[in-house]
Amino acid sequence: MPFRTTLSLSLVLLAGLAVSAGWGCNTKPAGSVELLHVSYDVTRELCHEVNNRFIKQYETKTGKPLAIKQSHGGSSSQARSVIDGLKADVVSLALWLDVNAISKSGLIEPGWEQRLPNESIPYHSTVVFVVRKGNPKQIKDWPDLVKEGVEVITPNPKTSGNGKLSFLAAWGSVTTRGGSEDEAKVYLSALYQHVPVLESGGRGATTTFLNKQIGDVQLAWENEGYLAVKESEGEVEIVYPPVSIRAEPVVAVVTAVAKRKGTTAVADDYLKFYFEPEIQKLIAESYFRPSDAAVLEEFKDKFPPVQLFRVTDITTSWDEAQSKFFSEGAIFDTLSRQAAK
Amino acid sequence: MSSSAAKSTALRKRRVLPGLGLSLGYSLTVVTLLLLIPLAACFAKAATLTPSQFWAAAWSERAQAAYFVTFICSFVAAIIDTFLGLILAWVLVRYDFYGKRFIDSLIDLPFALPTAVAGLVYANLYTKNGWFGQWLVPWGIEVSFTRLGIIVVLVFVGLPFVVRTVQPLLETLDNDLEDASELLGATRWQTLSMVIFPAIQPALLTGFALTFARAIGEFGSVVFISGNKQYKTEIAPFLIVSRLEEYAYAEATAVAVVLIVISLILLLIINGLERWNRRYD
Amino acid sequence: MTEPAARGFSRSREPAWVKWLLIGAVYLIVTVLIVVPVVQVFCIAFSAGIEMFIQKALVDHDSRHAMWMTFWVTLISVTINIFFGVALAWAVARFKFPGRTLLISMVDLPFAISPVAVGLMFMLLFGRQGFFGGWLDEWGIEIVFSTPGLILATTFVTLPFIARELIPVMEAIGPDEELAAITLGASGWQMFWMITIPNIRWALLYGIILCTARAMGEFGAVSVLSGKIAGLTETMPLRIDKLFNEHDEQGAFAIAAILTLFSLITLAAKALMEHWVLASIKKPDADEL
Repeated sequence: MPFRTTLSLSLVLLAGLAVSAGWGCNTKPAGSVELLHVSYDVTRELCHEVNNRFIKQYETKTGKPLAIKQSHGGSSSQARSVIDGLKADVVSLALWLDVNAISKSGLIEPGWEQRLPNESIPYHSTVVFVVRKGNPKQIKDWPDLVKEGVEVITPNPKTSGNGKLSFLAAWGSVTTRGGSEDEAKVYLSALYQHVPVLESGGRGATTTFLNKQIGDVQLAWENEGYLAVKESEGEVEIVYPPVSIRAEPVVAVVTAVAKRKGTTAVADDYLKFYFEPEIQKLIAESYFRPSDAAVLEEFKDKFPPVQLFRVTDITTSWDEAQSKFFSEGAIFDTLSRQAAK
Repeated sequence: MSSSAAKSTALRKRRVLPGLGLSLGYSLTVVTLLLLIPLAACFAKAATLTPSQFWAAAWSERAQAAYFVTFICSFVAAIIDTFLGLILAWVLVRYDFYGKRFIDSLIDLPFALPTAVAGLVYANLYTKNGWFGQWLVPWGIEVSFTRLGIIVVLVFVGLPFVVRTVQPLLETLDNDLEDASELLGATRWQTLSMVIFPAIQPALLTGFALTFARAIGEFGSVVFISGNKQYKTEIAPFLIVSRLEEYAYAEATAVAVVLIVISLILLLIINGLERWNRRYD
Repeated sequence: MTEPAARGFSRSREPAWVKWLLIGAVYLIVTVLIVVPVVQVFCIAFSAGIEMFIQKALVDHDSRHAMWMTFWVTLISVTINIFFGVALAWAVARFKFPGRTLLISMVDLPFAISPVAVGLMFMLLFGRQGFFGGWLDEWGIEIVFSTPGLILATTFVTLPFIARELIPVMEAIGPDEELAAITLGASGWQMFWMITIPNIRWALLYGIILCTARAMGEFGAVSVLSGKIAGLTETMPLRIDKLFNEHDEQGAFAIAAILTLFSLITLAAKALMEHWVLASIKKPDADEL
């Protein structure tokens, strides 16, 4: 009876799958508090460690169980999810712009930067060059990127925080060193002609550079650069340009959601926890530059001094940066249209 | 008036079988809730734009380039799939060889394999040190991150369509026709081009249109291999995602509406073709 | 499926070299386009050893939850589709009513619409800023970024699969047996369970297999709607994407290997079924339910 056999066989298969998949999926204990932390791509390991420590501290202090769920993805797409109704209690995103977009939609109270220490910036980072071992193309400064025969890997500024920062870093490398905006446009136009592929996210760019061996230099966050060095077992190395951008990821409590879930106090404590010296050290060990001056001093061997400029040094504000560079029909669009012709 | 009344009595007479109300009611509910309302939402959102805004979003230079890439790549991929599919269907129906049943089953893999997996693997295969890339790249054939890469992965995704539409037709094709044509002195080539090809041509067209329609909407596999460079390798579905990341909902919807309308037109063509296919039944 | 015996004497009329060239071409096409990519998935998944694979794919809590999620979403959307497919096929194949052709064409829509657009549509409806967003929020109902959203999107993209398999089969079988049953006094449900279902069972099973395969792998639509919460709303294809973005290529390929395995099982099930159908056509009595 093949039909019956098929039916029972598939039922057994389905049941087996269900049991094996469901095994160990613990249900949450009653009366527990649950936080949802929506973050960007590369912070999973760090968040995991911080969460474990915070949960331990919280549970010994209050005696109540706490669970922290994580969501990771591209910074802008995560912000969009929160705006569209993803019930995040706290967000930590790569760009001020993304948190501000959530704030504009009414979910985060205005003036959120002042809610936490250091303008809500627990750490900063910068854009560095990752080059092949021995730096065969002798890439040391921004103008070297547009030399004959150099291929640059950087993600799409339209969809990636990393891509936006790289673009701004390249722009600032001209304008903060006495160049005019027209010169900056010429430089960036040349730069994007040296880019063979615009991955949609930072990780795609790293894979392209490391595993697929495409390109001579990758523009990456400092911490991603260190991860790449570790992952490739020394096949690539980091070059610090003389000037670069100061990347400042921000954290914020999504006040409207937290209020409704009654988690505002826990969410506040959780984010303040990121500024504690203990966590600041953990942050430094993850190759982010901690905001705590004492901790930064302690790890100064890891973080060579680079002249860092803020976004506000090259434009008036993040909002202006967005509309001037990345909006539809703005400078990046013009440049890539030229590059395609 | 009287004709519609006559029609309805005719309809009632046919209804000896039970369950029209239940089955039609249930299907219509599902179709309305799942298909019509979401589609209406999409058009309603696009309607919040003024015509000139809609035009600016749906027909910007970047969007035009994206449609162009999407159509050219889908078209070329569909053409290639039509040829490959014809060969596969022909060989599977006409010849006996070792591993035939195995290959016959494998052809459906592109239907079953998640597109994200396909994209991930194809991107790996064709890069400089990938299994295929190491032979192709030295010859100057760049597949990853070019339009060629988009075409290759679309060829994979659409492979089964032509095979599965042509195969049944070839199987039922009457042997006598070929015998007759040969007896009348036609060469093999004449038989092929004047007897067999006209018979399977509608099925080929249907398969082609299905492949084309599928390729236009494909997203998961293409993003991994295309490189996503504006004006060069950016496809229209990626443009939707990209506009969403800029929080430009209405503009993203405008692009989506253009794609949906194109899909609708293609679907109508496919349905017409299928009816034409069955015109002798 | 054509049996060699049924082919007639003069099927292969081409010269032998043409025949073998074409067969060679088939082997080449299938190898390059299908076999090598599948082999590569497993090669990379197991390149760090089988323990690593088990660790990444089966022990890791979030990966296991993603499997669980994929299982439920697939199960529910396939179930909805079974009911829908049978109902639609019955209505369309057994009755004539105004708008019938339009209805059939409409069901094909999800084939052609880009999955990204599908995700966008549901976001426009049920998102916080969507048409029903405020109302849902008031009542505390979560659709997007939660399991119902994933199920909706998956059901949408798989809507045509079962219906499309059933309609031609039901049309081909014709209403005679069912009419006879009704005339002889069977109730509607008796007729349905004893005549209709046994007649369409193979087509139904075939549709279910195709539908399951497609539902398991859906990526574009759910990626817009899921929110990607680890251990909560992540399905297997989303987890592949995320692991890949988190510098864990091994993990991504481990899950990709499991999904590939499922799709191979699907194909095997399909081939087996075709074999049985052939057998049952040959010996009709041996296959009574």
